[in-house]
Amino acid sequence: MHTFLTRGNALLTFTLSVLAGLTFFCFLSTALNAYSATATIDTVKVLVKNVPDYSAQKEKQDLGYLMFDLQANLDPLFNWNAKQLFVFLTAEYESLNNKLNQVVLWDKIIQRGENANLDMKNMNTNYYFWDDGNGLRGNSNVTLTLSWNVIPNAGMLSIVRGSGSHSFSFPNEYTNVRAQ
Amino acid sequence: MLGSMLEEFQRMNKRQFFYQVLSFGMIVSSALMIWKGLMVVTGSESPIVVVLSGSMEPAFHRGDLLFLTNPTDEPIRVGEIVVFKIEGRDIPIVHRVLKVHEKENGTSKFLTKGDNNRVDDRGLYAPGQLWLTPRDVVGRAKGFLPYVGMVTIMMNEYPKLKYAVLACLGLYVLIHRE
Repeated sequence: MHTFLTRGNALLTFTLSVLAGLTFFCFLSTALNAYSATATIDTVKVLVKNVPDYSAQKEKQDLGYLMFDLQANLDPLFNWNAKQLFVFLTAEYESLNNKLNQVVLWDKIIQRGENANLDMKNMNTNYYFWDDGNGLRGNSNVTLTLSWNVIPNAGMLSIVRGSGSHSFSFPNEYTNVRAQ
Repeated sequence: MLGSMLEEFQRMNKRQFFYQVLSFGMIVSSALMIWKGLMVVTGSESPIVVVLSGSMEPAFHRGDLLFLTNPTDEPIRVGEIVVFKIEGRDIPIVHRVLKVHEKENGTSKFLTKGDNNRVDDRGLYAPGQLWLTPRDVVGRAKGFLPYVGMVTIMMNEYPKLKYAVLACLGLYVLIHRE
């Protein structure tokens, strides 16, 4: 091994092999983690309106409105291979038009090092709660669950649903558009 | 170094030359078999993709590698990261599912949004298209590897680099004797 090129070649190959091995072990070390946690969710104010959705069809669709409380301690989920948690709140329900509807109402990106002990009250949703049709008014079983997508430094992307959900019903009458 | 390589090349006879070409062909077909095998196992037409834009930061940056699967019997649910193509356009887009509406007979439609974008993807879909269907989905992201895809991006942006690398590889395999 005495030319510059052979030495450079050996060094490069060795570096790449070690990097690949380390990445593989990083993936293996957290491959079987469950990443589970509990969430406490509650709804504070629940209304339903019936207005045209100008970003979609022009007919009137049900628009739900709610404010929620949320407590969940996600700090223990972070480890050397968990780079980020994408946390999102899903509303799941059944309607006449569709057997299964899932709408994400709120999401948050928590990176490793940031505070992941969530304790929020009277939160507004990030996204509009549009239904595909008029299935929200009087709907007696809308379930809110908190889930998170674990983004690793290298490895499997997993989506875990937190234990602890909250079901609520929408009122039987539409709220006038101008009222809050 | 080039001088010694040329000497070796002159010393080779016809049989050895054909043997070298055969080895080269074996390497190429092995690579192709692995790629096609991956396509069958994962059910996706493109089992490994490179992230091209920053619309999913800080989770995925430009140059990261994603491993996709596409089990057609598992329905699409919110929160999943899907790679989809808009009809009429070639570029696959990697975004997250925001809303799902599924009927009793199994047909479903869904809406996507990039984590780093302010609005959902309705502006990206084809004119008149409001929802995505499972047919548009190339696969769901299941595995992640950082930075490795930068090589592909550099080769696409500087085609001369791609030809240079391929030429060097080809030359090396044809001349080097195992």
